[in-house]
Amino acid sequence: MSAVDADPPAMGDDLALHERLERTWSRPRGLWGWIATTDHKEIARRYIVTAFIFFALAGLTALAMRVQLARPMSNLIEADTYNQLFSMHGTTMMFLFAVPVMEAFGLYFLPLVLGARAIAFPRLAAYSYWVYLAGGVMLYIAFLLNVGPETGWFSYTPLAGPEYSPGKRTDFWAQMVTFSEVAAISLAIGSIATIMKMRAPGMTLARMPLFAWSILVTSFMVIFAMPAVMLASSFLLSDRLIGTHFHNPAEGSDPLLWQHLFWFFGHPEVYIIFVPALGMVSEIVRTFTRRTIFGYPLMVLALVGTGFLAFGLWVHHMFATGLPELGNSFYTAASMAIALPTGVQIFCWIATMWDGRIRFATPMLYVIAFIVTLVLGGLTGVMLASVPLDLQVHDTYFVVAHFHYVLIGGAVFPLLGAVSYWFPKITGRMMSEAWGKVSFWLVVLGFHATFFPMHILGVTGMPRRVYTYPEETGWGGLNLFSSISAFIVAIGVLIFVINVTYSWRRGRIAGPNPWDSPGLEWAVSSPPPRYNFAHAPYVESRDPLWHAKDEGLAVMGGLAVDAREVLVTSVGSAHPEAREASPPPSLWPFIAAMATTVLFIGSIFNEWSLVWLSIPLAIALIGWFWPRPAHTELLAAEMRAHGEPEDKIEAVVK
Amino acid sequence: MKPPRVIDDLSNVKAYGFGFKSLWGWGLLGFMLVEGMAFVLAGGAYIYLMTQAPRWPLDSAPPALLYGTIFTLIMIASQWPNVRVDKAAHDRDAPGVRRGVVVMTLIGIALMVVRAFELANLNTRWDQDAYGSIVWALMVLHTVHLLADLVDTAVLAVFLHTHPIPPERFSHVEDNASYWLFVVISWLPLYLLVYWAPRWAS
Repeated sequence: MSAVDADPPAMGDDLALHERLERTWSRPRGLWGWIATTDHKEIARRYIVTAFIFFALAGLTALAMRVQLARPMSNLIEADTYNQLFSMHGTTMMFLFAVPVMEAFGLYFLPLVLGARAIAFPRLAAYSYWVYLAGGVMLYIAFLLNVGPETGWFSYTPLAGPEYSPGKRTDFWAQMVTFSEVAAISLAIGSIATIMKMRAPGMTLARMPLFAWSILVTSFMVIFAMPAVMLASSFLLSDRLIGTHFHNPAEGSDPLLWQHLFWFFGHPEVYIIFVPALGMVSEIVRTFTRRTIFGYPLMVLALVGTGFLAFGLWVHHMFATGLPELGNSFYTAASMAIALPTGVQIFCWIATMWDGRIRFATPMLYVIAFIVTLVLGGLTGVMLASVPLDLQVHDTYFVVAHFHYVLIGGAVFPLLGAVSYWFPKITGRMMSEAWGKVSFWLVVLGFHATFFPMHILGVTGMPRRVYTYPEETGWGGLNLFSSISAFIVAIGVLIFVINVTYSWRRGRIAGPNPWDSPGLEWAVSSPPPRYNFAHAPYVESRDPLWHAKDEGLAVMGGLAVDAREVLVTSVGSAHPEAREASPPPSLWPFIAAMATTVLFIGSIFNEWSLVWLSIPLAIALIGWFWPRPAHTELLAAEMRAHGEPEDKIEAVVK
Repeated sequence: MKPPRVIDDLSNVKAYGFGFKSLWGWGLLGFMLVEGMAFVLAGGAYIYLMTQAPRWPLDSAPPALLYGTIFTLIMIASQWPNVRVDKAAHDRDAPGVRRGVVVMTLIGIALMVVRAFELANLNTRWDQDAYGSIVWALMVLHTVHLLADLVDTAVLAVFLHTHPIPPERFSHVEDNASYWLFVVISWLPLYLLVYWAPRWAS
């Protein structure tokens, strides 16, 4: 890390306390310490950087496809390679970029916005990262060895079954799903525990930052949605490996089982990506309008409502499969209904901006681009919710345009805004505003120029997932325009990346709170110390730092200094309930992740791997969960060293 | 900004929490939700296939009722020692929890033995047809679940017998007991699906 690491904490604590806490929360130097770290910020930084590398790789596959489609009857890329390219693109963007990067922002910022010293279950977070990395690397090695996925990101059976997709291509895809879902679920469990039990005293649910609300809703969605795709892909793998018939209609199965299970996950998945972005937007809007968010209770209800409704519309991906009409009508209604909570939030943001004093800094520009693009994508979504229209444009570029508007407009723009907004906190330095704006305009205008023509292409009948098209269709002009525009987006992203890289080393020193933001994460130094907060902040309003401007932030002392300790508070009112240990650095998560990797990859090739290779995993897990020295004993020792009376020690540790 | 004001002191707060007052309780809840959801979806897949099929089972006899029922009865009966372990943990009764986890480990081993007989008498193979596949899926999922809990309980038993028990470890014993309750409860609908649904459907 940069030299600013050594900054004393901004909360004005004395240096001796800072040094003792740094010692307590430090990790060993060198490779061992790097692998063993349980610092949520360090793990999250890796997660975010890795996710952006996958984003770049998926972007390259997109560019390759755009080059191929730039003119009719092009033969630069053959059909089989093209199949792999779009499968890799969708799979990478959904499984290896969008979900991980959103959860990773939660991993970095949850403890900071909630006023906690650490994340709950940091070793689970470390395990999650290594599993995620292994799954992504496995997929790309497979791709380079010409066994990359070929059946699209949703791998419909029977196309993905043993008959039509022989070889191991689909197996690697299915197992990558398992890797990424294990990783996502692991992070979700830690996030829920952190939000429910580790909020700073006084931060009642009604004072919780909207970003934390959004991660809470997302984490529950991960827990309820991801098992569906793990189950479906496990069924698919066993059909391909040991001859089961989960997806084989000839042996009494139903051809739609896959689609039901996949979309029960796949539709919430879209909101798993989108809901954290809503939280990011709320944080940015609040800071850059200098106003508390308008309609906070409505915003919370909208987030929770979106989470529930997201599970009620998976069948709208299956309108073309000939399901009963009554069912279709229900899913049409549900699909239209989910526009309501999003609409409520958009109106609340607009009201906040209306009443506030807007600063048009780069993060805020991304929010405005988000609102415009999302409304357009949302409107085509409402159109697609109607069965007759859906049947006309099903599997055409109209759908491609729609979901890129909601995913890039709804999630990537807020994400780039969030990177620009939180970059000073993560690195201690500012990004260049001027270059930030240049990349903003290139990305946003390039995006619309790339994807808007696809609406027209779709309506005129161009199917998605075709590697080329005849000249007589007349689609050449719009495709060429779209392809050139895609390179403008790429240049914009490249400038963004250069800006990040350069600023990380050379940017202007940021200080603790460069944007004058109200959230607790800005109360600590930039980058934050390893222990986050020396004392537990006491939260008296939804905008704690603005509230504390005149009299200083209220804090509560007394947390352990020489032992890693976190405060556990009650679910509703965040009343202090207990103090618990936070785990020190450990190699076990890495070892367990490697054992998991060997198990998952082994089971692609041989079913007995599932039995034999689960033994090393079990050993790793036993090593991991073998109890550490009791926190009560460590704390009693610290209290004795400080001359606390025995009866007080007794009351705390017995 | 002005320096922070220390308004209160947390040094009197307990150094551990029990159940949902502890982070572990929430971690456990998370894993129960994930596994519970997997069971719900696998059960849903079973019912979906059953309702789409012309007859159920497709081409075999229903699983033999005897072993599944013995397994279920032992599961239900195991709640009695389980509740006692839970209470011993609450009372910080070290000999009680040491005895209790050994009993629970033995029950787990007995259940695995009965499970082996169950699997041998399902009257279908996983690769026979969609019915066989989904029945085996439910059974394998639950067996993995059971085995994981057995290993966990056995390791806990070894630890508790070889170490002094500090207060927070009693909370882990309680978590383990809650998890066993979940294993039992999640089995009951699976028992109905695997053993009774084919009888009611045919």
